[in-house]
Amino acid sequence: MLKHQLSRRRFIVDTARAASGVALLGVGLGLYTKEAKSLPAYALRPPGVENEDDFLAACIRCGLCVRDCPYDILKLSELAEPVALGTPYFEARKIPCEMCEDIPCVVACPTGALDKELTNIDDARMGLAVIVDQETCLNYLGLRCDVCHRICPLINEAITLEPRHNQRSGKHTIFIPVVHSDKCTGCGKCERGCVLEEAAIKVLPLKLAKGELGHHYRLGWEEKEKAGKSLVTPDKEHKYNLPEGLKYEHEGEGLMKDSR
Amino acid sequence: MAANLPEQVGKEAVLVKGWWRANKWLLLRRTSQLLVIVIFLTGPLLGEGYWIAKGNLTSSLTFDILPLTDPYVLLQSFFAGHEIISQALIGAVIVTVFYFLVGGRVFCSWVCPVNVVTDAADGLRRKYKIKGGARFSRDLRYWILAMTLIVAAVTGSIVWEFINPVSILHRSIIFGFGYAGLVILAIFLFDLLLSRQGWCGHLCPVGAFYSLLGRISLVRVSAPNRESCDDCMDCFMVCPEKQVIKPALKGADKGIGPVITDMNCTNCGRCIDVCAKDVFKFSNRFNNDTLLNESKKEEVAP
Ligand code: SF4
Ligand code: SF4
Ligand code: SF4
Ligand code: SF4
Ligand code: SF4
Repeated sequence: MLKHQLSRRRFIVDTARAASGVALLGVGLGLYTKEAKSLPAYALRPPGVENEDDFLAACIRCGLCVRDCPYDILKLSELAEPVALGTPYFEARKIPCEMCEDIPCVVACPTGALDKELTNIDDARMGLAVIVDQETCLNYLGLRCDVCHRICPLINEAITLEPRHNQRSGKHTIFIPVVHSDKCTGCGKCERGCVLEEAAIKVLPLKLAKGELGHHYRLGWEEKEKAGKSLVTPDKEHKYNLPEGLKYEHEGEGLMKDSR
Repeated sequence: MAANLPEQVGKEAVLVKGWWRANKWLLLRRTSQLLVIVIFLTGPLLGEGYWIAKGNLTSSLTFDILPLTDPYVLLQSFFAGHEIISQALIGAVIVTVFYFLVGGRVFCSWVCPVNVVTDAADGLRRKYKIKGGARFSRDLRYWILAMTLIVAAVTGSIVWEFINPVSILHRSIIFGFGYAGLVILAIFLFDLLLSRQGWCGHLCPVGAFYSLLGRISLVRVSAPNRESCDDCMDCFMVCPEKQVIKPALKGADKGIGPVITDMNCTNCGRCIDVCAKDVFKFSNRFNNDTLLNESKKEEVAP
């Protein structure tokens, strides 16, 4: 073979080798990223992050948000932590977000990874508070702890206390803390404040904390209100499948024994 | 004169020019690399009111006024599908223009903290005569560069930042070290034992990106005094991209000018330091007249 043919052949072989080696590396990197993307439930993103995927396309891990947070709540993930390397997060139980009115973290972010459209901190959705353990929550046990409720920056909006009858004592009221997802910002103050050894209320990523109705579901009472009348059989004529001896009284009494 | 021994590199220059002139650019470079770390640490170490720069190499704000953003990471973000906003873009344009003028790989030799590590490995290789190791093409870095952009597009994430040693090291020094030492140790050992200048000279896509930025940069090292070269080979021995020297230094017969125009010259100036004959100096791209190189010009000019 001629010399230049040989060298051309070598060039092709070398190129193929480089290309396939790098392609392999690329595949490995892609797969690794998939795994590294999953966010542990305790790690909350700063305000202005709508979903984790978009965030990982945008955040360049500069830490400017960390630097401008006046309460030093944010931290960049380090190697071997289960949060995407170098990205900012906080842990509610350690130190919650103070919901600064001017949202300095969002202002500092150069890339818009923290969305600039977030200008009212009450619209932030860093996560959603959930009573994860009704067995230990003191209010559920019938005591008046109320700490999560009182500490909430959106008291009586994000968390309300709903009275229920105390079945155990038979004569007291239980004040159940109920979180409302349309108001809760996920700041984490409630989780931080919970007086238990291990918080009974925890702020979880929205994806974990929130259910979602089937998109074709309609809630009858809402539809009724919208339409101004019942859209199915009028209540009076509706045949309820009730156990024997029970009837439905429409004029305010509700379900009652037939004999009375 | 024959080539000097690898472990003797630079000794002759010290004898002839004195210690300072034989180490000037190296020292200035290390100072610059150190400053790039120190300016980010004044705030955390001295307290509020002493901030010089916030952030890190991927994006920063200096004196609350000068925004800088790494154009490579921003490009990856763009490929990952994120809309680039002006705040980051302004910083990236400033950085791009800067390196376009002074030489793209000035980032490597004057800014990047990994360079200190790989230089150390290379120095030890010379000192302890560690030879051989894997050989692969220096173009591999451009393939990797392309790959990082493609994988960013496919996965929708800034993928390289999961393993980029450059940002890992810089960020770790500033925000907390963790296990970053392991990554750096791996690169050090790789360069020391497995491949000479393996990381910076062959693989790193950050260096590859910046080399492209400085393809036609203004500031260049030149060998105006090339006919004084006595083939001691010291410059070849210290140069992290030694393939860039030969055309300029030995190309007089072929009509090649004395300016090192290869985009992979890092403008580190180490060749200027170690040359006992003062062959090299900082110059610019346009000072590349083949017929009249500078030493002759001086003779002609009154
Ligand atoms: S809103 Fe305030 S406290 Fe919360 S992360 Fe941003 S800067 Fe920190
Ligand atoms: S400022 Fe923005 S880009 Fe920088 S680390 Fe924070 S979220 Fe990421
Ligand atoms: S996280 Fe807790 S404290 Fe914060 S807004 Fe939601 S309910 Fe209130
Ligand atoms: S090649 Fe990469 S690691 Fe090496 S000095 Fe340049 S940017 Fe840093
Ligand atoms: S040619 Fe000189 S300035 Fe350029 S990289 Fe090599 S040693 Fe450094």
